[in-house]
Amino acid sequence: MSLLEIKNLTAKLAEEDKQILNGLNLTVEKGQVAAIMGPNGSGKSTLSYVLAGREDYEVTNGEALLDGENILELSPDERAAKGLFLAFQYPIEIPGVGQMTFLKAALNAQRRKNGLDDMPTPEFMKLVNGRAKELGISQDMLRRSVNVGFSGGEKKRNEILQMALLQPKLAILDETDSGLDIDALKIVADGVNAMRSPDRGFVVITHYQRLLDYIKPDVVHVLSAGRIIKTGGPELALELEAKGYADIVGKAA
Amino acid sequence: MVMNAITPIRTPAEQALIGAFGALRDSRPTSAALEGLRIDGFARFEASGLPHRRVEDWKYTDLRVLMREARPLAVAPDASVLLAAKVALGRLKRVGGSRIVLVDGFHVPDLADGGALPEGVTVSDLAAAMAQRPEIAALVTGQPATRANIAFALNNAFLTDGLLIEVAPGTELGHALDLVSITSDGAPRLVTSRVVVVVGAGASAGIVETHCGPAGVEYQKNVVMQVVVHDGATLEHGRRQVEGDQALHLATLEASVGAEAHFDSLTLTTGAAVSRSQLFVRFAGEHSNVTLRGVSMLKGRQHADTALVMEHAVPHCQSRETFKHILDGEAHGVFQGKIIVQPVAQKTDGRMMSQTIMLAEGPSMDNKPELEIFADDVACAHGCTCGELDADLMFYLKARGIPHKEAEALLVEAFAREAIEDFGAGPLAVVEELREAMLTSVTDWMRARS
Amino acid sequence: MPAVQETVEQVRAIDVDQYKYGFSTDIEMELAPKGLSEDIVRYISARKNEPAWMLEWRLDAYRRWLTMREPDWARVDYPQIDFQDMYYYAAPKSNAAPKSLDEIDPAILETYKKLGIPLREQEILAGVAPENRIAVDAVFDSVSVVTTFKEELKKSGVIFSSISEALHEHPELVRKYIGSVVPTTDNYYATLNAAVFSDGSFVYIPPGVRCPMELSTYFRINEQKTGQFERTLIIADKGSYVSYLEGCTAPMRDENQLHAAVVELIAHDDAEIKYSTVQNWYPGDSQGKGGIYNFVTKRGDCRGARSKISWTQVETGSAITWKYPSCILRGDDSQGEFYSIAVSNGAQQVDSGTKMIHLGKNTRSRIISKGISAGRSQNTYRGLVSAHRRATNAKNFTNCDSLLIGNACGAHTVPYIESKTASAVFEHEATTSKVSEDQMFYCMQRGLTQEEAIALIVNGFVKDVLQQLPMEFMVEAQKLIAISLEGSVG
Ligand SMILES: Nc1ncnc2c1ncn2[C@@H]1O[C@H](COP(=O)(O)OP(=O)(O)OP(=O)(O)O)[C@@H](O)[C@H]1O
Ligand SMILES: [Mg+2]
Repeated sequence: MSLLEIKNLTAKLAEEDKQILNGLNLTVEKGQVAAIMGPNGSGKSTLSYVLAGREDYEVTNGEALLDGENILELSPDERAAKGLFLAFQYPIEIPGVGQMTFLKAALNAQRRKNGLDDMPTPEFMKLVNGRAKELGISQDMLRRSVNVGFSGGEKKRNEILQMALLQPKLAILDETDSGLDIDALKIVADGVNAMRSPDRGFVVITHYQRLLDYIKPDVVHVLSAGRIIKTGGPELALELEAKGYADIVGKAA
Repeated sequence: MVMNAITPIRTPAEQALIGAFGALRDSRPTSAALEGLRIDGFARFEASGLPHRRVEDWKYTDLRVLMREARPLAVAPDASVLLAAKVALGRLKRVGGSRIVLVDGFHVPDLADGGALPEGVTVSDLAAAMAQRPEIAALVTGQPATRANIAFALNNAFLTDGLLIEVAPGTELGHALDLVSITSDGAPRLVTSRVVVVVGAGASAGIVETHCGPAGVEYQKNVVMQVVVHDGATLEHGRRQVEGDQALHLATLEASVGAEAHFDSLTLTTGAAVSRSQLFVRFAGEHSNVTLRGVSMLKGRQHADTALVMEHAVPHCQSRETFKHILDGEAHGVFQGKIIVQPVAQKTDGRMMSQTIMLAEGPSMDNKPELEIFADDVACAHGCTCGELDADLMFYLKARGIPHKEAEALLVEAFAREAIEDFGAGPLAVVEELREAMLTSVTDWMRARS
Repeated sequence: MPAVQETVEQVRAIDVDQYKYGFSTDIEMELAPKGLSEDIVRYISARKNEPAWMLEWRLDAYRRWLTMREPDWARVDYPQIDFQDMYYYAAPKSNAAPKSLDEIDPAILETYKKLGIPLREQEILAGVAPENRIAVDAVFDSVSVVTTFKEELKKSGVIFSSISEALHEHPELVRKYIGSVVPTTDNYYATLNAAVFSDGSFVYIPPGVRCPMELSTYFRINEQKTGQFERTLIIADKGSYVSYLEGCTAPMRDENQLHAAVVELIAHDDAEIKYSTVQNWYPGDSQGKGGIYNFVTKRGDCRGARSKISWTQVETGSAITWKYPSCILRGDDSQGEFYSIAVSNGAQQVDSGTKMIHLGKNTRSRIISKGISAGRSQNTYRGLVSAHRRATNAKNFTNCDSLLIGNACGAHTVPYIESKTASAVFEHEATTSKVSEDQMFYCMQRGLTQEEAIALIVNGFVKDVLQQLPMEFMVEAQKLIAISLEGSVG
């Protein structure tokens, strides 16, 4: 069974009659890293939001199976509990809510849904501090409110920290590379690579080959106008980098 | 408790107003449509008397104290009055296209100026229009919040006629209409007037009111303007309150704004001994926006109150309220603003700001910026600041060699400019002249201080 | 377990309409005859063996009260209160001046224990570091049943007792200060309180003393049809410091009960008083039946130069809350603070805020108010900041934010900002919004349920105020807020 199977998915804005996903098909296997590339506004973030259950979008057709189970009817937290993780293109700030409080709440919410007890605080601290260090996240950042006052790159690293703590089954990284400096890019990529395993899958949304130099994808999909219009190996990304989208988009149209 | 049962003692002003109503009723017959309004207005006034500080909306403007006497009602201007008015008007630079003139509250077509009315604009008698058109009669009756207001009730009580200005649907005016309301010299009078402005669907228009009168005369003025901005229309409304220094000026502006419409209003207050500008604005259609602004520059013992109620009665509208006070001498400024968001008015975006600069030790400023919110999906805010000119900025300017007074003037102008600058900055720019005139007034006012 | 999760657990454990402190204690009470009259005023005064001047003071207030009218300016709505249909005095029978804890009715001790307020000093001492000790004055219906740690406080010269006791032991202090901040004529409920107050706490901190522990009062209404009218008087003499906590609960009853308290604070030169309240009176059921009418007058007088008074309140209970803890900044360079969290749910009505009255030079004040409305509740912030002519260089900063949860509630802001001096600098900002959908989604994507996410975000929203509370109250308050919001989503 595939890890993620999206069949003929169409989705529109909940408040307007604007269709964004137009019969999208996509399969991600366990252990696979799938890259999604595509022009601005083609619907990449929308796809990630729809999978995570954001209410701004309405699914009008199709299904999305995670481990064979349709997740589209579930609330966002239930999807998270099933192992779906989204690293946001624009992480949200939550003033007043301490980073540690937040991480702990998220981790324990997941543990409880899996029938585990809350993680004892010392163990939790050790875990967070360890991961934070690997990702170059300072103690000061851990003391602040969630994402408040973080730079663009810091926010992205913070997303990866959360991923590392929650150990999801399927992680969708939406332009996690944008805003990262070269060193941070490498750190983040190392973080992701360390988590690669035979039963975990990644969907990496990016505009640049550079990230894919570090996180080697197994497949590359091209999303345009709300559909996957081409799928290929890593070489497809290189080709896009060299030629742009005009060719394939034109052919597909 | 006992206090309730006591009938309040009538002040001389109240007695005079009651007398004036009786006299008017006998002397100036009017249409049935107006009669109803007059009786209703008078009954409301009679029941409550002049508002005083224990009436919450008038907390800072106690009319029982500030309006000791009521002047006799103004009468229609005679030839000599008109001649004097003509001279005075000659000195008042037009800030728009066609000029419409009211003398002592009476419309005087002969004094019109600036060429014929533009195509699509009509000016007619209100009483006649009310008799023939129920929608106009309904409009003049006013919204509930306005009707409950005593200044409005008093205006109704003395309503004998008024002006109906209509801009036909789709009309695009190149210049604002220049409406001047001038009070004549001589024995002080009580002037009342009513102007109704209807901007048809999709039209864009501007109107500038100028209120002026003789210095040294304790005349009194109670004016009401009622505005309807229909769907897709734009109205830019300016008001210059440059009344004589002894005058009492009560102004009420009621506006109803349709769907996808724009209403932008700016009031500059420098005149009158006592003034109050009331705004009752209501969104009647979705996806519209309203900007209300004001700059009040007061000195000596001037008292000026701005009391606004911005009601979001439908979803998806945006309102901005920006008011600035510049106070000198022992002036008293008041700002009371209330944003109401009704339960249905989801996605409301409302922001209100009141800022004051005091240029001397003596002035006082009272602020009451309110939010009354019954819908959850809204973003509303209000802010209020009050203080002297920023000492650091003053120091910086002086360190660059700018003398104290000049530095003050620069900073005050910048402060006022924030409220004025983007007024009517839409594509039509019909109020451009007014904007410039207002900025000049700020400069002149600062200059006159020294 | 982090507070948020613990809170949510608690929320889950509780059914709708379940109020944790809703039990009542069965105990024999002495009740004054129902209703209000001069005789009742005399009865209360006599029961307390008061000096003649105190009785006169009460009677004056009573006569004044008869001529007054209930205020109607607040945005609260309730049926006319029948002042003749309640008891003005209810005391546990066994409480004939107990000398030690052993003489107190065990049912009362048990009640406080159940409320999490142990009164036996040994119990408190067990496992608590000395600096974390809290002295408690426990007020049960109309009377103070016990004050703990009195002896230890005495050593540093601090007087902490019930106000009835202070009337006997320190009459000169009481007479000098009572009614000097909230005059008997102040307002309808304060005047009523002056006539019939039955007990309350008294604190005096001598010059230069930093009170060695937190002081607190714990109010409990137990009897039916009983009004609670307590009066608290705190005097911080020159250069002293005290932190005072107040907590309140009441049983669940179908009827509305009146709580009309008066709190007076006096800070002399260089003194500081920090007064924190966690108000959790029974709010009534979700339909608005029952609950406490909490009509309270709290005022602090920064009488001395450089004095400071700080109010922190967490208001989650009561059917109606009507209170405006205020500061009169009389002394030059004095400071006032007001930190407030007001949570309303169900049919609750809150009209609360503060007054900062700047009279002295260089006085400063700060107001942070966080209102949260849910259910069908109405939550109003009403505040006054004023600077008189003399108050040169006065400064105020005000921030009041409202959060709406659900579309049947209301949030209102009514500030009055009055300045009569040019050098005063006033800054005021207010916002009203709903819980951000983006934040909700972000939290839920990380696995938090809707309720957990709301609790987390709301706690973030009120954090600035929570931080002002003493540590042990902070956790309690955090839980209370979440419990109060229970059932507000979904
Ligand atoms: N909430 C929304 N409201 C209005 N339009 C939206 C909304 N969400 C998405 N859209 C529109 O849908 C289209 C797809 O947006 P999406 O963010 O999914 O693009 P993307 O492929 O992620 O682009 P980028 O590469 O710039 O991140 C765009 O035209 C966008 O403007
Ligand atoms: Mg995107």
